[in-house]
Formats: sequence, structure tokens, C-alpha cells
Amino acid sequence: MPKFEYAPAPESRSIVDLAASYGLFIDGEFTDGGGTSFKTVNPATEEVLAEVAEADEADVDRAVRAARTAYEKVWGPMPGRERAKYLFRIARILAERSREFAVLETLDNGKPIRESRDVDVPLVSQWFFYHAGWADKLDHAGLGPNPRPLGVAAQVIPWNFPLLMLAWKVAPALAAGNTVVLKPAETTPLTALLFADVCRQAELPAGVVNIVTGAGETGRLLVSHPDVNKVAFTGSTPVGREIARTVAGTDKHLTLELGGKAANIVFEDAPMDQAIEGIVRGIFFNQGHVCCAGSRLLVQESVAEEVLERLKARMATLRLGDPLDKNTDVGAINSAEQLGRIRDLAAAGDEEGATRWSAPCELPDRGFWYAPTIFTGVTQAHRIAREEIFGPVLSVLTFRTPAEAVEKANNTPFGLSAGVWTEKGSRILAIADQLRAGVVWANTFNQFDPASPFGGYKESGYGREGGRHGLASYLEGSK
Amino acid sequence: MSDRLDVRKTYKLFIGGAFPRSESGRTYEVTASDGRFLANASKASRKDGRDAVSAARKAFGGWSKRTPYNRGQILYRVAEVLEGRRDQLVAEVRAAEGVTEKQANASVDAAVDTWVWYAGWADKLSQVTGNANQVNGPFFNLTSPEPTGVVVIAAPQQSSLLGLVEVLAPVLLSGNTAVVISSFERPLPAITLSEILSTSDVPGGVVNMLTGDIAEIGPWLAAHLDVNALDLTGVDDADVARDLEAEAAVNLKRVLRPGTPTAQSLQRITPFLEHKTVWHPIGV
Repeated sequence: MPKFEYAPAPESRSIVDLAASYGLFIDGEFTDGGGTSFKTVNPATEEVLAEVAEADEADVDRAVRAARTAYEKVWGPMPGRERAKYLFRIARILAERSREFAVLETLDNGKPIRESRDVDVPLVSQWFFYHAGWADKLDHAGLGPNPRPLGVAAQVIPWNFPLLMLAWKVAPALAAGNTVVLKPAETTPLTALLFADVCRQAELPAGVVNIVTGAGETGRLLVSHPDVNKVAFTGSTPVGREIARTVAGTDKHLTLELGGKAANIVFEDAPMDQAIEGIVRGIFFNQGHVCCAGSRLLVQESVAEEVLERLKARMATLRLGDPLDKNTDVGAINSAEQLGRIRDLAAAGDEEGATRWSAPCELPDRGFWYAPTIFTGVTQAHRIAREEIFGPVLSVLTFRTPAEAVEKANNTPFGLSAGVWTEKGSRILAIADQLRAGVVWANTFNQFDPASPFGGYKESGYGREGGRHGLASYLEGSK
Repeated sequence: MSDRLDVRKTYKLFIGGAFPRSESGRTYEVTASDGRFLANASKASRKDGRDAVSAARKAFGGWSKRTPYNRGQILYRVAEVLEGRRDQLVAEVRAAEGVTEKQANASVDAAVDTWVWYAGWADKLSQVTGNANQVNGPFFNLTSPEPTGVVVIAAPQQSSLLGLVEVLAPVLLSGNTAVVISSFERPLPAITLSEILSTSDVPGGVVNMLTGDIAEIGPWLAAHLDVNALDLTGVDDADVARDLEAEAAVNLKRVLRPGTPTAQSLQRITPFLEHKTVWHPIGV
């Protein structure tokens, strides 16, 4: 098949007004941080985008105090219908400034503009819109009459969906009447800091949202601060485990959204075109930087050859390169460190005897890149079938019977998500029923919606985000 | 005073549907509130705890896959048998807690009624905690509750029967299986409840009852990788509770902290549930 060449279609970055340096956002003001400031780079070019302040213990303390005061004096006592209006304002402003946010997100994170523009930012606005409507309806959230907010929420989010994760955390917290101190990831702080400007335009009371930038140490200071009532973390399972230990014996409420190693199960009667697209979306969406990525493909043996052939053909059409180009499907790996981790795990795949195949594509000279890759001949004992790679690397295993598919799918300490592809309705329901995973996508994959609960079983963490269940994570029911 | 000497009961552990002695061979003396000797209870060891976890894991598949209606029926049957053995339980609760006959009666009545209340929840849970989600696109999207798995429960120390029922029944109805560490000083009603469970159609292994010291065997259970959740309601020592919660982090067990109210409430049930959301496209 001839490959059509595309003319470059770069999105202009002129809409983004980058400052040389950014401070912490505490009590409605930007202030300096006490720590050593750090640089955030564009992973596609390694260009330094801005210098960002690091919050030290005193800064975190100040932020928590600002949130406490705002909770007690303003946000907690405010009627739900008024809180709702602030959240509706934020949703609207985010929609109005969506292009600016999409470009900045792509610059700082490396994800294709096609995804930041069409997935991340629209969902972000929708997340605030959905939760705004909850603020004056908390009596109907399923926790009995008059549920109460928890207080100050300490929120630590990852770099894979910097703005979307902010929305997942901040929107339900504010709707329920809590105030927040949020720490974005150190490699992707910029859209969170731009969000401060949305708070200004919405005239959100000072201290309701505070943003402290920094790395692991700032996060540790925040979640262990004695005056926070709720800790919400999205990130790796090892860090989640450490946080669970930290809050043990305290009164802090905790929700964790951690790693995954999702099985994407393709039966022989699957709708094949959709399944191939679903496999690609499952693992190569957002460069595979997705905790619920379909990173273990389980194919029924009778169609394994056909699926692999078609998958490789489809992968050969993926366009890797400049994330700001509107034709780009696969952007940059978020950091040199993450690229190193992906390379190490892929090397383990080679060493343990799996067969590697990468899509033929030219990698740019600068920046952090990894070609979409699959490993075949993978067994359940291989590290690439057990450990989360968090990159565009797919492990392919086969199965013969539905029971074997379920057995292999559940054979992991994780339990975040799974996929099932088959035309047979009764089989979908039976398999979905047996999978130990919080989200099951049948004949689709990687769908997200603020009305739909998301979260894991087992070591993928506890609590849900989105929907009524997610809202409940920020409320205390009447006793 | 009659000449007849009473036949005393030997209280053993309850693991996998059987009543073994502790593999450690240890017992400890249980006395009534007035100091009178009641029995030598088995003192469960780490190995007993592990056996109980394997039994609970083995029973999980079958118990959780029964229809909620069937689970409700079986749990209601427990209440029936419980009611039939009221007199024995009243005597045991009286001896254990030193309360009046009237108080012991009230406490056993409440235990039976609590069991009935929770039995009725089994087939209503998904209607109350589940959801059809209206997402922004042509998708069927349904969230349903599921049991989390094997739950280790530290039963309340003071209320020997009612307290135990208040923490056990809400865990079972959704399909979880349980390893219970009973009140240390008042363990006898717990073993009698186990006898009731074993004759009420509850499959072996669904409930495993250990009499012993939470501070001794708790850490092994909290660190056990095949345990999914920990209910610390009966842990009175704050340091022990903190350490057990910290141990539980090893595989991100769900933890219910001490001090959580034990009254009949949906909020005793939901901490031991997962919620699964299933998406499917809508089209013709």
C-alpha cells in the first residue's frame, strides 16, 4: 500500500505566553519557593521552557494554612449553589482558553496536539462542568442527607496527563466543599500554573486552590503534613505504598490511583478492524504513558497470526514526530529518565527471549523518543508481562480458551483495567464479570468520562475517581 | 446440689469448615467476668492464621459467585439457627460480659436482628451502590459492586457476640470471605457462633474464626499478600492499629480503621467493595 506523505501542519505556539520563571501559587498569589528552583523542558526538543520554584517545608506549611483558612472562612460555609457557580465559571474559562492549554500541555509534556486538543482539554472542561452540578446536590450523592466535606485535600498528580489529572483531583474536591493544595509533577508543572490564572479570572476566593511545585520531597512534605484531612495520589504503586504507610494511624482519608498492567483480550470472533484500532489506542495512546494502558495483548491462538500481521501494518502507519504537528500520532517520551526505564525493560524482554518488532519510523535527533514496539513470544514469567513499562511497548501473549484468557488476565498484582473484544454478548458479560479490574472496556478501550467511575482493584489502588463514587471520596457521610 | 458433673465444652478454632485445635498446641485460660474458670481456648498461631487465609481464599470463588439471592437465603438461615440457640448464647454472653440476664437477652436479640438486617442487603447492594452512568457518547456504561476478597477482621473486644456480628455480617453479604480474630478475653461466644455458621449452609472456609492475640498474629495477617482488606475495629491499642495499617500497605489492602461505628449501616458494607465499570459501544 502506498504511504501518503503529509505536509507538515504545525500548530502555532504563539498563543502561549511563557514566562521565564514561575513561583508557587499560594493564597491567591504567586510567591517564591524556599527550595532550589528547577527547569522544565520540552521533551520533544530538550529546550528549556521555564524555571519553576521548588516548595520547601515552610512553603508547604504556608499553602496548607492558606487552604485551611479558606476552608474554614470561605469555601466550607459557602452554600453549594454558589460553589457550583465558581466551578461552572472555571469550566467555561477552560473551554474558552482550550487552545492555549492544549499547546502548553503539548509543549511541556510531549503528547501530540491531536490528543491534548481533542481529548485532554475538552475532558478537563467537562470534568469541572460535571462536578459543578454536584456542588448543590450533595444530599443525593448516596451518603445520606447533608454529607460533609473532609477539609484540606493534599493532592499529588503525575506527568502523563498533567492538566487532566488536576481536573480529576480539584473538581470533585471543590464541589464537595474542600480546599486543595496540589503538587503537579516536576516535569510537567506549567498547565497547573496556568490554571492559577483561570482561578484569577473566575475570581475564586484566595486559598481555595494552592499549587506547590517540586519533586518527590515536596510531595512527601505535603502528604505527611499534619493539618491535611485528605490525601489523593495518582502515580506509581511503590510511591502509593509509601504514602499508605505514611498516613497509617492518622485520621487522613486516602485514595490512590496506581499502576496497571491491563490485559486486552481479543477473541477469534472479534470485530477485527475495531480490535486492531483498539489495540493501538490501548497501548500507543499518549505514548503508552497511561496507567490503564492495554499493555498485555492476549490473543486467541487461532487468530494470533492474523492479528499480528494487521497490527504491524497498522503500526507502520503511525506518524511519530513533532507533537505540535496536527498529523502526529505518537509524540515524545516525557523525560530522559522515563526513556531510560522503557529501554531497560525492553532490553529485559530481549534478554528473556521475547521477539521485538518496532514500527519503521525515523526518530528525531533531539528530544526523547521511542518507536512503537511489540514483543511476541512473551510468557507470563517475563518482566515485560509483569512490570508496568509506561511506554509504547506492547507484550503479546496467546490463549486457547476463555478460561485461560481470564486466568492469564488476572495473573498480576494489578487490577486497574482490561479490554475484551468479541462479537458475542454473553461472552463479553461473562468475561467482564470474571476480570478483577476496576474498568472493563468491551469492544472499545481507553474511554474516560467524568460521569464514569475509574479506579483499581488490588495493587492498582483504592477509591474511585469520576461519577458519584469519585465524589464520595471527598465527602463524609452522616453517621 | 445435684451429683451430676456437667460436661464441659472444648472450644477450638474454626478453619475451613472444621474445628481444629491450634497447630501450636497452645491454649489460654478464659474466665468469666467474676474470675470463674470457663474454658481453655485455643491460642491461634501464625500458622493457624495462614491456614485460615488459604481456606478463605479457596472459598472466595464459590461464595462470591453465588447469586445474591442465594447468599441472602443462606445468611438468613444463619439468623434462624442463631435464634434457635439463643439460650446458650445468652448464658455465654452473660458469663463473658458480666451483664444481667436482661442485658444479655437484649444483646443476643440485637445480634440476631443485625444478622437479619444484613442478610436482606445481599440482593439490594448493586441497586443502591451501583450506577448506570450517563457518559458523553454512545456507550453502555454500568458500575456494579463486587466483593474485594479475603477480609481479616479484628472483632470488638468488649461486645463478645453482638460486636462480632456487627463486623462480620456486613463483610459476608457481598461475597467476601473472612478470617476473624475474636475478642481475646471473651472468645467463647465467637466459637459458638462458628458452630452455628457451620450448620447453616455457609460453605466451609467462608468464615474462619481464630481465638488469640491480635498483637501476636495480626502483623502476619496484615502483611499476608493474599489478604485484600483489614477491619481494625476491634484493635484498642492505637500503636498496634497504626503498625497493622502500615503493614497492610505492602499490597495496598483496604483498611477500615478502629473507631468506625459498628451500628447497622451501609457504611460498614462499602469499605469492602470494589466497583467495576463496564463500557460497551452502542450501535446497530
